[in-house]
Amino acid sequence: MAVTVRTATTLDVARIRADFPILEQRVNGKRVVYLDNAATSQKPRQVLEAMQRVFEEHNANIHRGVYEFSERTTAAFEEARAKVARFINAPSEREVIFVRNATEGVNLVAYAWGRDNIRRGDRIVTTVLEHHSDFVPWQQLAKDVGAELVVIDVDDDGRLRRDQLSAELRKGAKLLAITQASNGLGTVNPVREIAAEAHAAGATVLVDAAQAVPHTPVDVQDLAADFLVFSGHKMLAPPGSGAVWGREALLERMRPFLYGGDMISRVTVTKTEWNELPWKFEAGTSSYVDAIGLGAAIDYLCAVGLRAIHDHELMLVAQLLSRLEAIPGVTVYGPRTVEDRVGVVSFNIEGIHPHDAATIFDREGVCVRAGHHCNHPLMTRLGVPATTRASMYLYNTVDELDRLVDAVHKAKKVFGV
Amino acid sequence: MDDMYRDYILDHYKNPRNFGELEGATHSYHDSNPLCGDELTMSLRIGNGHVDDVRFQGKGCAISQASASILTEEIKGKTLDEVKAIDRDQVLANLGIPISPARVKCALLSLKTLKGAAWGLTAWPGEEKK
Repeated sequence: MAVTVRTATTLDVARIRADFPILEQRVNGKRVVYLDNAATSQKPRQVLEAMQRVFEEHNANIHRGVYEFSERTTAAFEEARAKVARFINAPSEREVIFVRNATEGVNLVAYAWGRDNIRRGDRIVTTVLEHHSDFVPWQQLAKDVGAELVVIDVDDDGRLRRDQLSAELRKGAKLLAITQASNGLGTVNPVREIAAEAHAAGATVLVDAAQAVPHTPVDVQDLAADFLVFSGHKMLAPPGSGAVWGREALLERMRPFLYGGDMISRVTVTKTEWNELPWKFEAGTSSYVDAIGLGAAIDYLCAVGLRAIHDHELMLVAQLLSRLEAIPGVTVYGPRTVEDRVGVVSFNIEGIHPHDAATIFDREGVCVRAGHHCNHPLMTRLGVPATTRASMYLYNTVDELDRLVDAVHKAKKVFGV
Repeated sequence: MDDMYRDYILDHYKNPRNFGELEGATHSYHDSNPLCGDELTMSLRIGNGHVDDVRFQGKGCAISQASASILTEEIKGKTLDEVKAIDRDQVLANLGIPISPARVKCALLSLKTLKGAAWGLTAWPGEEKK
């Protein structure tokens, strides 16, 4: 299949790389090539310093103290929430709930919305592209309440079977849980069109945007979904940061997910009244420093520009696809074009298990993911136990792709294939 | 340079010894590593308390398959008690390569299936519901 090769980038990658000290590290004597960004991203100095400043200058628990440190930390935390809201164009900061990661976000919706809204016999529609984080919570909810889980297939290029999706939505659905971008194949789903279709069928729509928000501009009002979740650690922020966006009207009607401190307005020995949005969903001391780090990461991404980042990744994808397709014995899974995708390329080398390939790549200083990518149903659909996955971000270069390709040749030489 | 992928490891991977079905097997056990998709079935024919013959079947990474191949060579002719006494250190020593922490499960799937067969297990203790 023909591959469009883009060669231009508008990013000043050398300048960006200077912000990421870890990229200077050496692994097995070679400068590290980090191509596992779909698992987690590296962090720029600006994020590390923003977090360090909290600890060194004004650390105190948020929403509690009536002294300056607490007030300053609370202000920084709530400013981070405002940044998240602006970043995804949420109509209100009240609709942004901080969670540890996308997984916790999906679970929040599955428990706090799902258990009161999904009943016996209801249909939950999802896809084979989902990460386990947006699959297992729904599978278990369906089991618990006696609902039906409908899993939409992909075609041989890893594109969602829209015909099947439309047919299943027409049969009725209470919820559509869908990923915006596949972590296993890089496929981007046209979530705006799909959400409109799902709403017409009466379904509530949750979008797993863990692989989309870090890489492309995401506008929740444009997508017109009902819930959207993402993780901070995949977008230059620390692990422990992430967010759920939900429509205010839905969030208002939902019961809390976790009970405890900070999520209450009044507690007596017999009853409790909940705090207002979004704090109703933020029980206990939150990972406020991580959230502040997420705010700093958003500043960084906005300064570079999401569109430029996405274009840069597509250039890298095009370059990598054309290089991999030229190597005998290499099979690429998923879309072979740069249209509607993010910077994820899954492949295998004939005769070499992905774990063996990744171990040899590691000797060459190249970090990729080998495995099932928390995507068992998708691996089963592809008919492979695992794949080798290279995932790119704003700091990756074409030279690094060449290092990966050299490592592929090295693995083939070692295995004599 | 590639410590883990020495010639004899790759030779065992590409030309596994004692590979296939075992006719008249008295003991057999199958297991897998869901994390990587490695699969192994270890089959023994025990007569008079000795391993008369052994075969394994499976697919997966070079480490898991070479480990199984090497292990089958090791146990042929041994008594069942000797087989039951084989431990992880022995399997890793027989492999003779440095195994990184992330790959230990690959290297030891052979031992797990061998133990399951030798002890006549139908399920691994603690994993009965799997």
